Amino acid sequence: MVLTVITVAIASFHLPIAIAVTLALIVAGVKGTMVASYFMHLISEKKTILIILAFTIFFFLGLLFLPTLTEIDSISRNVS
Amino acid sequence: MEIPYTIETRHDTGLYNAKLGIWLFLASEVMLFGGLFASYILLRTGASEWPHGSTYLNIPLATLNTVVLIASSVTMVMSWASLMMNEFKKFKIYMGITILCGFLFLIVKYFEYSAKFEHGYFPSNNTFLAIYFTLTGLHGLHVIGGIVVNSYFWGAGSKMWFFQPKRFTNRIEIAGLYWHFVDLVWIFLFPVLYLL
Repeated sequence: MVLTVITVAIASFHLPIAIAVTLALIVAGVKGTMVASYFMHLISEKKTILIILAFTIFFFLGLLFLPTLTEIDSISRNVS
Repeated sequence: MEIPYTIETRHDTGLYNAKLGIWLFLASEVMLFGGLFASYILLRTGASEWPHGSTYLNIPLATLNTVVLIASSVTMVMSWASLMMNEFKKFKIYMGITILCGFLFLIVKYFEYSAKFEHGYFPSNNTFLAIYFTLTGLHGLHVIGGIVVNSYFWGAGSKMWFFQPKRFTNRIEIAGLYWHFVDLVWIFLFPVLYLL
């Protein structure tokens, strides 16, 4: 909840967009990690689940990078 | 026929089946929301201009909803912990508060949505509103799903405590994992849609 206040406070400073995005995602990341570690007690969870999650994170990041990859692909096409 | 591994753990996974099941389900949910987050990135980077969340959205209401959902996650953990300590009455209280928080979240969301519609903001207006309604709508459906399951365990489903307490405790753990995931998604939706 403290971190929620921090998130809103940072947003009210009207920082440049790149810094604002980075800070907001860092705070959300810390909050998310805390929820997963303690509420979802991943911190003391069995290896099987951690392996499933490692795969999930890998594919999730793949999904997030898809837009960037298509962009890079189209740039290289234009150059050649 | 008795369903196997509801209480005892399987020797190969080291888990009871429902826990492996819910984590696989949550992994698929990560991909579902991940696809929509990727769409958000694509729409935003591809747009010539993108409104700040506060242009359309109500930040104080969303902040309140963030606090409500995090509080409900805390009470969800407390309800599970109460069962671990054999305190069924406390479980009822904490689970009851969790369900109420779920309803409170939806009520606030209802006011937010109706204010948008009154101002003539619809998903068809622009890509920002389209992705906003898609993401928060899907998340809202997940909250409704969680309330349905939690209400069953609070009401009729809680009878299981009296003849299979360990199995019931495991059910609450599983319902809790889902509920925390819904909280987790909101923790990312809030800054992405409202604050950036």
